[in-house]
Amino acid sequence: MATHTEQLTSRPAPSATTAPAAPAVRLRGLTRSFDGRTVLDHVDLDLPAGQLTALLGHSGSGKSTLLRAIAGLDHEVVGSGELSAPDRVSVVFQDSRLLPWRRVLDNVLLGTDGKEAAERGRAALAEVGLAGRERAWPNELSGGEAQRAALARSLVREPELLLADEPFGALDALTRIKMHGLLRELWERHRPSVLLVTHDVDEAIVLADRVLVLDQGRIGLDLTIDRAHPRSYRDPLLGEYRERLLAALGVTEDHTGSEAHPDQEDHQ
Amino acid sequence: MTTSIPSATAATSTAAATAVSEDGENGRSDETGETGEISQTSGAAETAGAAETSGAAETAAPARRTGRRRRGGLSPGKRLPASRLIGPVLFFALWAGASAAGQLDTNAIPAPWTVLRTAGQLWSDGTLSTDILTSLRRAGSGFALGLTAGVVLALTAGLSRVGEALIDGTVQLNRAIPTLGLIPLFILWLGIGETFKIAIIAIVVYIPIYLNLYSALSGIDHRFVELAEVQGLSKLRFIREIVIPGALPGFFVGLRLGVTGSWLGLVVLEQINATSGLGYMMFQAQNYGQTDVILVGLLIYGIFGLVSDSAVRLIERRVLSWRRTLNS
Ligand SMILES: Nc1ncnc2c1ncn2[C@@H]1O[C@H](COP(=O)(O)OP(=O)(O)OP(=O)(O)O)[C@@H](O)[C@H]1O
Ligand SMILES: [Mg+2]
Repeated sequence: MATHTEQLTSRPAPSATTAPAAPAVRLRGLTRSFDGRTVLDHVDLDLPAGQLTALLGHSGSGKSTLLRAIAGLDHEVVGSGELSAPDRVSVVFQDSRLLPWRRVLDNVLLGTDGKEAAERGRAALAEVGLAGRERAWPNELSGGEAQRAALARSLVREPELLLADEPFGALDALTRIKMHGLLRELWERHRPSVLLVTHDVDEAIVLADRVLVLDQGRIGLDLTIDRAHPRSYRDPLLGEYRERLLAALGVTEDHTGSEAHPDQEDHQ
Repeated sequence: MTTSIPSATAATSTAAATAVSEDGENGRSDETGETGEISQTSGAAETAGAAETSGAAETAAPARRTGRRRRGGLSPGKRLPASRLIGPVLFFALWAGASAAGQLDTNAIPAPWTVLRTAGQLWSDGTLSTDILTSLRRAGSGFALGLTAGVVLALTAGLSRVGEALIDGTVQLNRAIPTLGLIPLFILWLGIGETFKIAIIAIVVYIPIYLNLYSALSGIDHRFVELAEVQGLSKLRFIREIVIPGALPGFFVGLRLGVTGSWLGLVVLEQINATSGLGYMMFQAQNYGQTDVILVGLLIYGIFGLVSDSAVRLIERRVLSWRRTLNS
């Protein structure tokens, strides 16, 4: 299966507004396997600088594997291929991963140094709405607050590339919607390239300029979402994208709950 | 202050996905079986610690709550003031009561006031203070030596693969030999003086400290290893900012076991090979049938144990203050 770019409209992608010249991330023939089982199978992918991309896929499809490869966290994994990524990469994990023995500000500053680091840390905490909680212990934060602190920790390093692996997966629906707004806002202000791994099709549609579906070790669908921000979850125009993505994920919306075959993808 | 990122200048560099030395990464699973017993102890101690620090949330149920009364939950609730002393006080009250009522054979169990009077006499003789000092010096030197050895060995084994290969198996072997069984050999090697006593106490102390600290160091959460990599921490900063603080709770479990061990070692050594000290005093008293003197010795051992354990607890609470906020 070849990687194919699909667009619902013929207009050029909005990401063209940011310079598409040098991609932030470039993968060529990226292959990763565990115990002889190939999870990523010659993935080719360019992430343009400053683009917010979402990555969807079944559980076990290799989303985290791909993200960890880009983050350079997969030392022991067997693989091949070509990979280039920026120097300053931040990762937001599904759990906030704050060190329980450091206060929130010290957590945000983990790995940074310099005189004005503390100032930047404070500013980042203020940006995510945690001003005044600098001296709190991580255990005192709610799940959403902890995840915001983790976001602040990743921002403080001024990343060129932000990798997020289901960063809102453990949050309740209401908090998640607020976090979507926050993430989009932070992205607009700092413009890092973002790769957001998610299970949530709606999250992907509302947040991202481009949605990728990982299927059988390849990018099965590469969809540019050409809608102005902020997007509403109820926007009927987004329904089209949703159907397309669900079809690519092998889910049909015909209430029978039966799984569609891959070749049904082109029905509509 | 807002930070901005020049989006177009995506200076890409090839992220080398080469293998990095494995040190300090993957949690080492080999210790789980062997230190299972210690882990269990640590679990119990941690529960006790948590119980100690919980309770704030359980106070003051709203007054207007009617109907179903708010239950206390599974937390044992707020600690009673000076609760640790209630048991001992009750025990002494019973002892005094039974003595006053003439229910106890005074030859076997003298009354508390007899014991106190004997203690006073021994103190004014000057013999008691010398004995106490001798015993304290022994336990103190043995403990200090054991603590140092335990920490140094655990750091070496926990932070380097070579250290682990050299040290861990050896300590596990040492641990399998009951330390008190080494007494005859140590007397032959070191003579019956102070050195062998201090050496035995040091061994009793270093083992739990080593086991708990090593297991805490090598059992560092893999997620934090990943985090350190993502945040670009150097090896040294990773050890200082993540591995060591993360291992402190385990260290304190070992420390408390070590403190207990130092007293245990002292009592055994002084009872068996007494030439001076509190144990010697008690040994002599046994020959003359002075139960009150024996009880004075036991009382002082008890106070030593209680005070040192409380001191460690206090330090632990200070150092691990972040744990207090664990929602219980
Ligand atoms: N360290 C590992 N050792 C062995 N197999 C692994 C390892 N990590 C991942 N895998 C396997 O690789 C496949 C892809 O895993 P991955 O975590 O990338 O999936 P995912 O798409 O992120 O799933 P999810 O949405 O559930 O997080 C899975 O089948 C998984 O079992
Ligand atoms: Mg995953």
